[in-house]
Amino acid sequence: MADKTKRLLQGNEACAEGALYAGCNFFAGYPITPSTEIGECLSVRLPKTGGKFIQMEDEIGAISAIIGASLAGSKSLTATSGPGFSLKQEGIGFACMTEVPCVIVNVMRGGPSTGFPTGPSQSDIMQAKWGAHGDHPAVVLTPSTVQEIFYETVRSFNLSEKYRTPVILLYDEIVGHMREPIVIPEEGEVEIVNRIKPTCPPEEYLPYDDSHEIAPLAAYGEGYRFHVTGLNHKPDGFPTNDPKLIEKENKRIIDKIENNKKQIWKNEAIDLDDATIGIFAYGSIARSARYAVNIMRDKDIKVGLLRPLTIWPFPEEAVSEMAEKVKVIIVPEMNLGQAVIEVERVAGGKCEVVGINRVDGDPIHPQQIIEVIEKYK
Amino acid sequence: MAVQTAAKKERAPFDYDRYLRPKKLPHIWCPGCGHGIVLKSLIRAIDASGLTKDQICMVSGIGCSSRTPGYVDFNTLHTLHGRSFAYATGVKLAKPELKVIVISGDGDALAIGGNHFIHTCRRNIDMTILVYSNFIYGMTGGQYSPTTPQGAIATTSRFGNIEPVFDCCDLAKAAGATFVARGTSYHCQDLEKTILEAIRHKGTSVVEIIDQCPTYYGRLNKLRSATEMMEKFEKNGTVSVKQVDKLPPEKVEGKLLRGILHRVERPEYCEEYDKLIQDAKGK
Repeated sequence: MADKTKRLLQGNEACAEGALYAGCNFFAGYPITPSTEIGECLSVRLPKTGGKFIQMEDEIGAISAIIGASLAGSKSLTATSGPGFSLKQEGIGFACMTEVPCVIVNVMRGGPSTGFPTGPSQSDIMQAKWGAHGDHPAVVLTPSTVQEIFYETVRSFNLSEKYRTPVILLYDEIVGHMREPIVIPEEGEVEIVNRIKPTCPPEEYLPYDDSHEIAPLAAYGEGYRFHVTGLNHKPDGFPTNDPKLIEKENKRIIDKIENNKKQIWKNEAIDLDDATIGIFAYGSIARSARYAVNIMRDKDIKVGLLRPLTIWPFPEEAVSEMAEKVKVIIVPEMNLGQAVIEVERVAGGKCEVVGINRVDGDPIHPQQIIEVIEKYK
Repeated sequence: MAVQTAAKKERAPFDYDRYLRPKKLPHIWCPGCGHGIVLKSLIRAIDASGLTKDQICMVSGIGCSSRTPGYVDFNTLHTLHGRSFAYATGVKLAKPELKVIVISGDGDALAIGGNHFIHTCRRNIDMTILVYSNFIYGMTGGQYSPTTPQGAIATTSRFGNIEPVFDCCDLAKAAGATFVARGTSYHCQDLEKTILEAIRHKGTSVVEIIDQCPTYYGRLNKLRSATEMMEKFEKNGTVSVKQVDKLPPEKVEGKLLRGILHRVERPEYCEEYDKLIQDAKGK
C-alpha cells in the first residue's frame, strides 16, 4: 500500500511547499526558466491561505516588492534564475544594508548571459556571495534533493528572520526539476523562527540598535514610525556621514553572520573518518559524488564526501579538518572552478586540491569522478 | 461681521512640526529649490485628509526629492533609484490598510523607474505618486533628464539637449492611472488641494509637480533666480484646466495644463486581490 504521507513533488514545488510551511505569505516574481514553477505553484497556494502573490513587471520589481512587503510585516520570497539573479543584486544589497529578512531562490542555469536556460549549472556560487556591490554578508544554502529543498527553504526563512538578512537558496536545474517522493512534516514538527519585534515604547525604538546583536524589527503600520534607507545609517535609521559610524555599520552587518557561522553551517560528512581521498560537492553533483564514493568503497578505496548545505559562509572548519586527513580533495562542480577556489584557500597547501569541471549542460557523472579518484588511490 | 473677520485672522498658525522630524532638519535642498514648498503643500494636504501618521507609509527612490521621507514623521522608506514604485507595491499589497505615498523625481520616475512607474499605473494599486519635475538630475550635478526641454543646457548636453521630453501626465494616463494631475510649486495653494484630491482617490493617483532647480538648471540656462524660473516655467509656463477653454489659442500654445487632468473609476488592485482570495478559498 502506498504511503499516504509521501508526495511525489518536483524540486521547485517542494520549495513552494517549504515556503508555505515556514509561514511565507508574500511572493513576488517574474517568469524565468528554470524557476518558474515556484511562482506558478504559489500563485495558486498563497491566496488560498490569504497570502499575496504578484507577478511583477521585472526581476528588479520583484525583489523590491518582497523587501517592501517584509517591512510591512510579511515573510516574503522571490525566485529566479540566471540573468534574473544578476538583476536582483541591487535589491539583495539593499536588503543586506537595511537588514530586511527575505528569501531569494536562484535555480541555477547555464550562463553567462542567456546561456543555456534549460540546462543545469552551478556557476552562480561566486555571484551568490559577491554579486551585490560593496562588502555585504551572504547566507547561501545548497540542497541536493527534493526533500532537502523543502527543509532548506524552511531553514532559509528561519535564518533570514533570525539574523535580519536576505538568504539565498541556491540549487541547480537538475534538483529543481527532478521529481522525488517527499514527506511534508506535520505542523509544529519543524521549528519556525519569526523575527523579534520591539516591545519598547515607539519613541524609544531604534531599528538598528547596535546594543543588540540583531535589533528587533517593527512592521510599518504598528505605531513604530521608523525610517529605512540604503544609505549608511545610524542606529536610529537615519543617514550618517560619520566615518566611525559608517565603518561600524559596515562591519556589524557582516559580523552578525560571521560570529554566528557555526550555527549557520550545515554539512553532511560521508565516510570521511578514515578517508585518504576527499570530495567536496554540493547540489545535484553531490549525488554523483556520493554514488562514486559507494562504488569506490566497495573496492576498499578510502574515499569520503563532504557535502555542504551551507555554502556561504564557507564551511571553513569542515574543509580544514578534511584537508588535515586526506591527500587530495576533489571538487566536482558544474562551472569552471568556483567553490574550488575557497577549498584551495582553506586547505592552505595541507593537501592537493583538484577540480572537475563541466559547463556543457550535462551533469558531472559518477564515472567522471571515479576516473579522478583512480588517479589518487 | 468685523468681529468675525478678526477672529479668523487670529487662527493659530499651521503646525508643520507635528508632521516633521525636526531633529533631521535642516534639509539638504539648496536655496531656491522648490521641493520645500511642495513639502509644505503635501503636509497641509495630509493634515486635511484626516489620516493619522501611523496610517501613512511614504516611499521614495533616489534623488533630491527622494530625501523627503527622512524629514517627515511617517512610516518611511528611502529605496533605490527608480524602484520606489515596486517597493511601495510590496508594502501596499502586504498591508492594504496603509496609505502609501510615493515621492519621486523626473529622472527617478520617468527614466530609471519608467517600467515600474507604468506598471504601477496599469495595476491601479491604491497609492499616490508625486513626481517632482525640475527638468534635471540635481543630486548628481545637473545632467539632462526625460523632462529637460529640447535645446536646454545640462552638464551632459553642453550643446543643447536634442531629446524630446516625456509628458509625465500623458504617460500616466495612457498607462492606466485613474487620477492624473499637474501642479506647480508656484501655485502652492492649488497644489495642496490637488494633492488632497489625489490622496482621497481610490487607485493610482499621479501628480506631476513642476518646480525649479536654480542651482543646476537655472545656472546652466542663464535663469538668474528661483523666482525667474518660477515665473517662466510655472506661472507663465502653465495654464489651469479650468481656464483653458476661455483663453485664445496663442495664450495656450506651448504651455502645460495645470489641475486635475484625468479622473475615472476603475477596480483597485488590492480590492480585486481580496476578491481573488475569497474565490481561491472557495476552490
